Amino acid sequence: MKYLDEFSNPDLARRLLDQIHAATTRSWAMMEVCGGQTHSIIRHGIDQLLPEGLEMIHGPGCPVCVTPLEIIDKALAIAALDNVIFCSFGDMLRVPGSSQDLFMIKSGGGDVRVVYSPLDALDIARQNPGKEVVFFGIGFETTAPANAMTVYQAKRLGIKNFSMLVSHVLVPPAIAAIMESPTCRVQGFLAAGHVCSVMGTAQYPPLAEKYRVPIVVTGFEPLDILEGIRRTVIQLEEGRHELENAYPRAVPAQGNVPAMAMLQDVFEVTDRTWRGIGMIPASGWKLSGRYAGLDAEQRFDVADIHTTESSICRSGEVLQGLIKPHECAAFGKECTPRKPLGATMVSAEGACAAYYAYRRLDLMEA
Amino acid sequence: MTESTERPGKIDLQGWVCPVPLRDTPSIVMGHGGGGAMSAELIEHLFLPAYGAAATADLGDSAVLSVGGSTLAFSTDSFVVKPMFFPGGSIGDLAVNGTVNDLAMSGATPLFLSTAYILQEGTDLEELVRIAQRVGAAALAAGVRLVTGDTKVVDHGSGDGVYINTAGIGVIAEGVNINAYRAQVGDAVLISGDVGVHGVAVMSCREGLEFGTAVESDTAPLHELVAAMIATGTDLHVLRDPTRGGVSASLNEIARASGVGIELVEQDIPVPETVRDACGMLGLDPLQVANEGKLVAIVPGEAADVVLQAMQAHPLGRSACRIGTCVPDHAGMVVARTGMGGTRVVDLPIGEQLPRIC
Repeated sequence: MKYLDEFSNPDLARRLLDQIHAATTRSWAMMEVCGGQTHSIIRHGIDQLLPEGLEMIHGPGCPVCVTPLEIIDKALAIAALDNVIFCSFGDMLRVPGSSQDLFMIKSGGGDVRVVYSPLDALDIARQNPGKEVVFFGIGFETTAPANAMTVYQAKRLGIKNFSMLVSHVLVPPAIAAIMESPTCRVQGFLAAGHVCSVMGTAQYPPLAEKYRVPIVVTGFEPLDILEGIRRTVIQLEEGRHELENAYPRAVPAQGNVPAMAMLQDVFEVTDRTWRGIGMIPASGWKLSGRYAGLDAEQRFDVADIHTTESSICRSGEVLQGLIKPHECAAFGKECTPRKPLGATMVSAEGACAAYYAYRRLDLMEA
Repeated sequence: MTESTERPGKIDLQGWVCPVPLRDTPSIVMGHGGGGAMSAELIEHLFLPAYGAAATADLGDSAVLSVGGSTLAFSTDSFVVKPMFFPGGSIGDLAVNGTVNDLAMSGATPLFLSTAYILQEGTDLEELVRIAQRVGAAALAAGVRLVTGDTKVVDHGSGDGVYINTAGIGVIAEGVNINAYRAQVGDAVLISGDVGVHGVAVMSCREGLEFGTAVESDTAPLHELVAAMIATGTDLHVLRDPTRGGVSASLNEIARASGVGIELVEQDIPVPETVRDACGMLGLDPLQVANEGKLVAIVPGEAADVVLQAMQAHPLGRSACRIGTCVPDHAGMVVARTGMGGTRVVDLPIGEQLPRIC
C-alpha cells in the first residue's frame, strides 16, 4: 500500500509544523470531524506539537460512538433470536446497549459474526437459507455505498432471508447542528476526507458561507492532518471562510458519481438521533420505500424498544466539543475502555478512548 | 514464576472490571481468551482465589521448579486456531513451538512434551493425520520428545474440529535466572525480528483478505536462539515470546511485574510493510498483533550490543534490533516516542482485537 510512509515523513511534518507555528498569531479552535482523524492526531501526538492556543476539538465523526442506544438495543434483541445470524463490523460488538453488548449475546449462544464487508453477510445468507441473516448497517457516508450495494444485490438476486438494520448518519447536518449550538466554540473544520470521496465537496461551500467558517477537506495520515490544520489556520488568520480540498488524491469535487446514484436509489433522508447529542433533523439515511422489505426493523418485532441514555456520562458534551474527554469526572475512573459508560469510550475512534489509550501519561502528569 | 504471598479469600466479583454488562451477568466472552487485560483478570480474580493455597505460582507462561538438584521449567498451552492450516504453519506447528517457546523464555532447554487432543465427532481423519504429522515434524525439528498423550472426542457441535493441548518440561542450567520481575532501569529492550507477522498471516487466511504480498506465519522454536544469547555470558533479565496480545501485552506485563517504565522508539520497531498495510486497513495496532517465532529480551544496557550480535548471528534473530529502554518514569507503563516527535501510551490490549469500521 502506497502513501503510509510518504505521508508520515517526520522531516516534512516538521516543516509543516514550522509553517503552522509561523502562521498562528492568536488562539483558534478547530474541529476535526472524523473519528479516524482524532485517532491519528492522538496516536501520533500531533496535538502536543501544535502552537499553544491552537486547539483541536474532537468532533462527532465516530460512527460507532454516535449510533443511538435504541438501535443497539434493537440489534441486541434481534441478535438474540434463535433463527438469526447477526453480522456486524467488529467494533460494534463491544458497544454497550442498556444492559448487554453483542459479545454477551454471542456468549449466551447468539450467532453473532464479525464481517469485513456487508457483502460477506449476503454470502452467509446464501449459505444458510434456513436462517434469517441480518447485517448491522451503520456508519457515515463512507460505509454507505457498500451497504447500499448489498441491499441492492439482495433485492436483485431475490435473497429473501437477508435484511439490514440501518442507522446511517450524515456529516453536513451534524456540522450545521454544531454551529447552531449556542455554546459552539468551533471556528473552523477539518472535513472528513473519506466522506467527501463518496459525496464530493458541493455540500460544504454553503455551510462555510452560512456559518462563516473555513472548511478544509482533510485526509488521515499525519501529513494530511497537518496540511489541513495549516490551511485552516491560514484562512482563519486571513479572515477567509472557504472550502478547500487538502486531500485531492482521494477526493474529486464531484465525488463518486455511481456510488451516489446507488445511495439515492437505496436510501432516503430521515431524522436521526445521535447518541450523546440528540435528534438532528434530516441527519440520517434509512432504506427507501423500494427496499422497505429488507428493513430489519420491520421484519423483526422491535418497534416497541425505546431506551434512554446514561445520565452521568458526558459523552454528548465531548462529541460537541464542549469539554475534553479528561474533563469528565468519570474519565479513567468509572469509565474506561473495558467499562465504557458512553459511546466515545467504546470505539478506538472515539475521542475518550483515543485519549485513554494514548494520552494517559500526560494527563497523569498534568 | 515466583510465589505469591497474598491471596484474596473469595472470588471478588465486585472488583471485577470488564465491559460493562459482565459485572452483572458473569459469563465467559471471547475476550477472556485474548491474552490481554481480560485474560489476566480471569486469572487474578477467578482462578487464583478459587485455587487458594493449592496454587504455588502466579500461573504465568511457565513455572520454574526445583526438583532434587535440578531446576526445571514446566509449561502448558492449548491451541484452538482457525483455520488449522495457514500460510507458513498449522495448529500442529503451533502446538509444539508454542510450548517449546514458553519453556525457552525461562532459559530452559526443552526436553519432553505431552500432546492431548480434543476432537469433534466427524473430524476428517485425513486432516487429523496431516496435523499429527506436523506435530511430529515440529517436535523433531525442535529436538523434543513426545512422551505422553490423550485423546477425547466431543459431540458434533460441542467443539470445533481439533483442539490440542501440549505441556512441556525443560531443564534450566545453573546460574540462569530469567523472569519478568528482573527488568531494571537502564536495561535495553531488544526484539528478535519483524513484529505482527503470524497474526496477519492467520487473519488474511481466516477472513479471505489479501494484502498485496502473501504473509507467512513466523512460527518457530526459539530455544536455540535463547541458548546463543545465554552463551554470551550476559545476565539476561527477561525474555518473552509476544504471542496473543503482541509485543504490547508482553512489555506491559514486564513493566508492571518489574515496576519500571518502558520507553520505545516507534521508528526502531521493525514492522514489515505487509503487516503495516493490513493493520492500517483493519484499524489494528501492529504491536498488539500475535507473533509465534519472536522474542523480546530485556538485557543490561551495556550488554545490548553483545547480545544483539549473538542474536543476529542466528537465523531466527537475523533482523534483531533494539527498540527501547527501561526508564524510571511512568513505572508500569509502556510509552512510545512517535515518528512525529510526540508520545503515546502503548496499552495492554483488552480482549479480542476488533477491526474498526472505517
